Amino acid sequence: MARITASIYTTHIPAIGAAWDAGREKEPYWQKVFCGYEFSKEWIKDHTPDVIFLIYNDHATAFSLELIPTFAIGCAAEFKVADEGWGPRAVPGLVGHPELAAHIAQSVIQDDFDLTIVNKMDVDHGCTVPLSLMFGRRDAWPCKVIPFAVNVVLYPTPSGRRCFHLGHAIRKAVESYDEPLNVQIWGTGGMSHQLQGARAGLINRAWDNRFLDRLIEEPDELAKMPHVEYVREAGSEGIELVMWLIARGAMSDAPPRVLHRFYHVAASNTAVGHLILENQ
Amino acid sequence: MPLDKPYLDIPGTTIFDAEQARKGYWLNQFCVSLMKPENRERFRANERAYLDEWPMTEEQKQAVLARDLSRCIQLGGNIYFLARVGATDGKTYQQMAGSMTGMTEEEYRNMMINGGRSIEGNRFIGEDGDAQAHRQPPGAAGRKLKG
Repeated sequence: MARITASIYTTHIPAIGAAWDAGREKEPYWQKVFCGYEFSKEWIKDHTPDVIFLIYNDHATAFSLELIPTFAIGCAAEFKVADEGWGPRAVPGLVGHPELAAHIAQSVIQDDFDLTIVNKMDVDHGCTVPLSLMFGRRDAWPCKVIPFAVNVVLYPTPSGRRCFHLGHAIRKAVESYDEPLNVQIWGTGGMSHQLQGARAGLINRAWDNRFLDRLIEEPDELAKMPHVEYVREAGSEGIELVMWLIARGAMSDAPPRVLHRFYHVAASNTAVGHLILENQ
Repeated sequence: MPLDKPYLDIPGTTIFDAEQARKGYWLNQFCVSLMKPENRERFRANERAYLDEWPMTEEQKQAVLARDLSRCIQLGGNIYFLARVGATDGKTYQQMAGSMTGMTEEEYRNMMINGGRSIEGNRFIGEDGDAQAHRQPPGAAGRKLKG
């Protein structure tokens, strides 16, 4: 049987990808960001999964206003890196796992979550920056990746509660897959940031750290938080954090082992948060 | 019954909801077109002519030409779409976000290095935080205006 062994949470700030691609990671400004991932890069060398189920949001890249799925599961064999306007990042595309993705889609949809099946989708920084942070420079990513896009751009986004319950359904789906795969689930985006208007640049360190505490200790309670609190306290783009609850919901009910925790203000406009939780 | 919008009392913040997305449909779709290098070239060569190919309002076109991102957002734009215009200009997200605050690029960058904008006084319209309407424009621009 396949099994979810760990969940990883990280910000996916595009400027991190740009700094990395330009070889600027040793500069003091960026060193303060990348040092938070040193442990993670070492750890994952010995804990590379067979498949990563990577939850991120598409930033008006694969999905324009023509079509906006709330939850979209990438079922293709491969996914190209998108041109977001600066030209595509010079990082490898993803190799998917169509069989596991189709299995998860079938199981989760029958559990009342209406996923959109996507067989052609270019992936943007939301997906590629976490891979760079965890694996560094590669000619190919060392495992298969199922990209799972969540709408957090057009309001209303799915609620925290729905995301948390979706995580439960994904866990059940993975655990009913016959092949003995090691699967990690990654929740990305956040933490506090606002990219618009007079309030741009908002950072809420206390709120972010409380979010990390609660994500670890009482995710079911955290999942009750209404949208407006994310927006008010963590900025209009801080709403991305609902995606972390999908990954958390896919973990076992027993308390997880906290392998790593990191928080830094700021990279570009955004507070950097990062966690690795392992199932006991 | 009107839709419940509990987010209208947050200062300096426009939530990209269905109503905004409807207003901004063509503005945002114009932005999407800039993901193709050949369209970025054509836009750079003659911005006005390129914009005139889209059924946008004149106000939206003027806001794009002026690179007034705050105005674009009021008119239905969303930052992730508008970022295609910024990318075409070679701007970073930090430059784009900063441009909406009335601060200089340097003032904004320094604010972020020093921990970002405080939440205090910026949760609800009517408080006294630095993002409130009565505190605009901030920084050097504000000092100049106030003499």
